[in-house]
Amino acid sequence: MPLLHGTPDLVLLVLVAWAFQERVETAWHWAILGGIFISISSAMPFGIFIAGYLVTTAVARFLRQRAWKLPLIGMLITTILGTLITQGIAILGLSLTGSLLPLLDSFNLVTLPSLVLNMLLAIPIYVLMSDLANWLYPKEIEA
Amino acid sequence: MKSTSPRSSQAIVLTLVVVGLIALALGGYLTPLTRLVINPFVSVQTWIAVRYQTIRDLVTSPSDITRLRERNTELEAEVARLEAQVIELQGQVQEVQVLSALLDFARAHPENEYRAATVIGYDTSPFLKYVIINRGSDDDLRRGMPVVTYQGLVGRVAAVTAGAARVQLITDTASQINVRIQPSQAEAVVNGQVTGDVTLENIPQDASVQPGDLILTSGLGGNYPPNIIIGQITGVRKRDYDLFQTASVQLVVDYSHLEIVLVIINFNPVDITPLIP
Repeated sequence: MPLLHGTPDLVLLVLVAWAFQERVETAWHWAILGGIFISISSAMPFGIFIAGYLVTTAVARFLRQRAWKLPLIGMLITTILGTLITQGIAILGLSLTGSLLPLLDSFNLVTLPSLVLNMLLAIPIYVLMSDLANWLYPKEIEA
Repeated sequence: MKSTSPRSSQAIVLTLVVVGLIALALGGYLTPLTRLVINPFVSVQTWIAVRYQTIRDLVTSPSDITRLRERNTELEAEVARLEAQVIELQGQVQEVQVLSALLDFARAHPENEYRAATVIGYDTSPFLKYVIINRGSDDDLRRGMPVVTYQGLVGRVAAVTAGAARVQLITDTASQINVRIQPSQAEAVVNGQVTGDVTLENIPQDASVQPGDLILTSGLGGNYPPNIIIGQITGVRKRDYDLFQTASVQLVVDYSHLEIVLVIINFNPVDITPLIP
């Protein structure tokens, strides 16, 4: 589902939505696992995705503590920051390994369209992950 | 004086009336009157005819209407099955066309030994232009082997596992290929772009390059065999104060719809990195 040259990062969205769930404590584990799996399938230097997902998870956990009453707003803000962080780290990593990407073109043709697609998918994925979290970790009813 | 008889008078009057009616009819003056008189009859006749036909159909229709419905259902299922078959056959025809073109290409270049592979995936990062193919070291694929289609150059094998390989497309930003421009024979370099296109750079200022010129691999650098087509020049930018000319390129391969590719397995790329000072 490309837009210009941007594509949605579904793994990032799932990780952010998962990290925003109240009773979930395994966000870090999934960030590392997701990063490893994507790194294996991609030609990106190993560790770039892991670093990006870990930083994004940290942002999500931080915002969850600050904006726990507004999870959807927090999800959208984290999606924006997470997209910029992961793609920024990717550009940096590629530049360090010899692939000089034109910054302006990369931002206009890849990062911004990816951001738009991620924003469009953020809320549906958050709802799905909320249902999954409520199913896996049901609320304890106080007697 | 002899008076006319009443019979004669009636005949004359009737004749005049008839002639008058005919004249009026011929003149079209009786049409509204005719319509007014005929319309009720037409409506009644239509009503009767419809009922008659309905009753006749009911009486004369086949008694095995259930069987006809079953037959209709069977035929609809048959049509659906045939439509699915047509779609499947169309897919097979496309595949055969691609394979036939690849075979023609392989026959036209008998000096190369090819291994056909199917593209099974694209890189997840939008910054990278790589594809994954379903052949690996078990099929004698090695890192650096060139990959082509019947249309032209695709890229080269960048990483290999036992059953799969990752191919760097020539549109990747890290890809640089030494090329020769036909017919001027000028040497240049094709660089991949983040947009998925390529640009032609380092064209000597004195080279005569025109839109429509062909771009082929030159073989310099030892990474690709020579004379594999890459694309066609669509526009040239030449400025007096630049060291080189640059050009935009129309690629011959559609890299967004790669299905089957050929890996040239008897080409050994030369690593000249130690020779670079």
